[in-house]
Amino acid sequence: MSILPFAGRFDPARLFAFKGGVHPETRKFLTAECEIEEMPLPALIRVPLQQHIGVEAEPLVERGDEVLKGQLIGKARGPVSANIHAPTSGRVIAVGHFTAPHPSGLPVPTVTIRPDGRDEWGPRLPRLRPENATPQDIAAQVAEAGIVGMGGATFPSAVKLNLRTKYDLHTLVINAAECEPYLTCDDRLMRERAEEIADGAGIMAKALGVKEIIVAIEANKPQAIEAMSRHKRVLDFAMKIKTVPTQYPMGSEKHLVKTLTGQETPARALTAELGVVVHNAATAHAVHLAVRYGEPSISRVVTVSGRGVARPANVRALIGTPVADLLAHCGGLVEDPERLLLGGPMMGLPIQNMRVPIVKGTNGVLALTPAESRDQDTMPCIRCGLCVQVCPMGLTPFELNTRIEAGDLEGAARVGLLDCINCGCCSFTCPSNRPLVQTIQYARGKLAEQESRKHQQEQAKRLAEARTARLEAIAEAKRAAMAKRKAEMAAKKKREAEAQANAGTTQSGETVK
Amino acid sequence: MTAPILASGPHTHSRFNVPRTMLAVMLCLSPATAFGLFHFGWPAVLLFSVTLAAALLFEVLCLAIAGRPILRFATDGSALLTGWIVALSLPPWAPWWVGFTGAGIAIVIGKHMFGGLGQNLFNPAMVARAMLLVALPVQMTTWVPPVIGGPGGPGFQEALAITFGGGTFDAVSSASPLGHIQSQLDAGLTMDSILAGMGRVHDQLFGFVPGSLGETSALLLLIGGIGLILLRVITVVIPLAVLGSVALLSGAAWLIAPDSFPPPQYHLLSGSLMFCAFFIATDYVTSPVTGFGKMIYGIGIGALIFVIRSWGAFPEGAAFAVLLMNACTPLIDEYVRPRIFGRTRAGKPLELGDTQ
Repeated sequence: MSILPFAGRFDPARLFAFKGGVHPETRKFLTAECEIEEMPLPALIRVPLQQHIGVEAEPLVERGDEVLKGQLIGKARGPVSANIHAPTSGRVIAVGHFTAPHPSGLPVPTVTIRPDGRDEWGPRLPRLRPENATPQDIAAQVAEAGIVGMGGATFPSAVKLNLRTKYDLHTLVINAAECEPYLTCDDRLMRERAEEIADGAGIMAKALGVKEIIVAIEANKPQAIEAMSRHKRVLDFAMKIKTVPTQYPMGSEKHLVKTLTGQETPARALTAELGVVVHNAATAHAVHLAVRYGEPSISRVVTVSGRGVARPANVRALIGTPVADLLAHCGGLVEDPERLLLGGPMMGLPIQNMRVPIVKGTNGVLALTPAESRDQDTMPCIRCGLCVQVCPMGLTPFELNTRIEAGDLEGAARVGLLDCINCGCCSFTCPSNRPLVQTIQYARGKLAEQESRKHQQEQAKRLAEARTARLEAIAEAKRAAMAKRKAEMAAKKKREAEAQANAGTTQSGETVK
Repeated sequence: MTAPILASGPHTHSRFNVPRTMLAVMLCLSPATAFGLFHFGWPAVLLFSVTLAAALLFEVLCLAIAGRPILRFATDGSALLTGWIVALSLPPWAPWWVGFTGAGIAIVIGKHMFGGLGQNLFNPAMVARAMLLVALPVQMTTWVPPVIGGPGGPGFQEALAITFGGGTFDAVSSASPLGHIQSQLDAGLTMDSILAGMGRVHDQLFGFVPGSLGETSALLLLIGGIGLILLRVITVVIPLAVLGSVALLSGAAWLIAPDSFPPPQYHLLSGSLMFCAFFIATDYVTSPVTGFGKMIYGIGIGALIFVIRSWGAFPEGAAFAVLLMNACTPLIDEYVRPRIFGRTRAGKPLELGDTQ
């Protein structure tokens, strides 16, 4: 009997999956079979100028301006920022502040556009032929199109494409794990637009200068795996489709890389250190549109789901579409949701105001009923250790919490507070329903605040000390000058006295003579 | 529309909660319990009921004094479970006040004096058991042979007299088989003759021997324990470490000196070991949280049980072994931590090329 038949079936991904993680009910069936539908133009579009990690874009339009679809309305500022484009044609009716699509509900600079209904394109970006383009050209085009990480992290993609200048890269991983429950937008996009995603991946591989592409898809998306598997080569790059176990948080960059390669990214470092760069599948699709057709990032697929929604669906919506319009398009709410979320149920952001817009990183709008959120009373910690078992970072969340509650932030930092990735596995699994990850998030904010205050204090102290030292030095210099002058005066006097004496003697000598 | 909750994620939760966990443990305890109750007849049923009721009573009293929400905490099942475990570790025909006092010690001293659920350093049921054993050596070592419910055993009236009225009965002075072997060895008999006179080891496996209320049937306890593992209430580490270390140590001792040490199966099948390995040592609150920590803890318990059984004054050492290791738990948790992702065990970021 030969061992060869088994060789092909051997899947290292199964061996090297990460430790910890949870298996929440995925409830993807609500929308998994819903084809992506186009949404009609909303009555009003609100485009925040801060949709990405980094510095907000600078507005280029004023109230009353007419804009065309795809027109640049916000220009990237600084090295980490992203361009913002008009999602449709219409009139700018306000450039001001509007509630952010964020639980804080704080105002962010926002351009409000009233669509004119014609959806008329302005001049698009020049098309590139990726076959002939240089990596720099591709990265520049991606930056011009304002593409950010569409899995939710919203890190400007062009910055990540430029990592080739700093690291020796060999693999591009397309993150299509979509480990958050409910969300099916990447799944649908892969089923319906596999070729375009593959092409986008090829373009990014070219920009990064890597040797191969791995598309990582969780095992619960067999149709997407099949659709993507038809593309073995794109733009001269070998593309492998890897099925990864269904396990939250598989979509976490470092855990995905660990699962695929068996290698662990060092703490506080990028996966690029290992030669691997991870991009989201939806980002790859956006890159394809930007490079081949010159279309900037002005729309995205959003999963609208949850038992609170009348007709769960996958919708391609323009950036800036108000959540209320999106929900109305899906038949509205059937009951008051207990949680209204942007993103998935594990790491999504709760919102209160339904008028906030969706942004480039919004992959889901969920209305969860009490039965889905399963809120229950908080009980004391019983030290069951489940949080330790499920923590994918190898932390001890219950202990971090005890320390934080006792006010020992430094102690918490010593046992890994800053390594937490906010995945929420601990809170999800805690039988006492303790707010573990929430407390950890709070403590990190508090610690950062303390550090900055300490820094400020030190700065102030240094300035004060410098001032005292300076004054001291001046005083010292004065004293020294005074002493010197005194000494000089004394010397002068002495000299004069001597001179006088000499004169006296000479005189007297003369007189003697 | 009412304002949705604005807490940060996760916005969903697993099905596990504290009452469910406690319920799962009780479910897994019930085969051995039912067997014990059936086996030792009405007095056992009465004692069991009194102990559980007392545990609930003391829980409610303590919660009231501490000013905590009584309904929520008293219904979480933890007090009931503590009472249950105390009851199972008592001699089945002990008078009611033994169970009552045991439940009181467990709930008041063992649990609430430390601050209630989740705060106690020592396993409350084992605190009660150890204190009772020291304070009431006669009542705590007065055993009866199994009566198999029905006609052979006392009726309900007689049972009332035994449990509540101080009625007398024919007791066997020596408890579990291990106690028997110990006392016979002390009396100068040889191991061979003791073992020959003891009947089959199967009786221990199935539980047809004198012993504590719920500890006699090693097999049913094992089944319940496996149930706990399958329900993912506990991991396999602690039971395996406890049983493994006892088996190894007793096996080695028996191989070296078969005249003074009983064969390992007597150790393993002595009910209190199974009970301890699956239901007591695995208590969440008082055991370490990491896998490796649990292993150290389990091995410690196993080794201590063997030492106490072989050379100590008590034939069964579970309670003391567990309490001693409970005291080590904070230390173990301080030093045994999981390795943080992307860091070495010492907490430094991994070097590139390190494949840990």
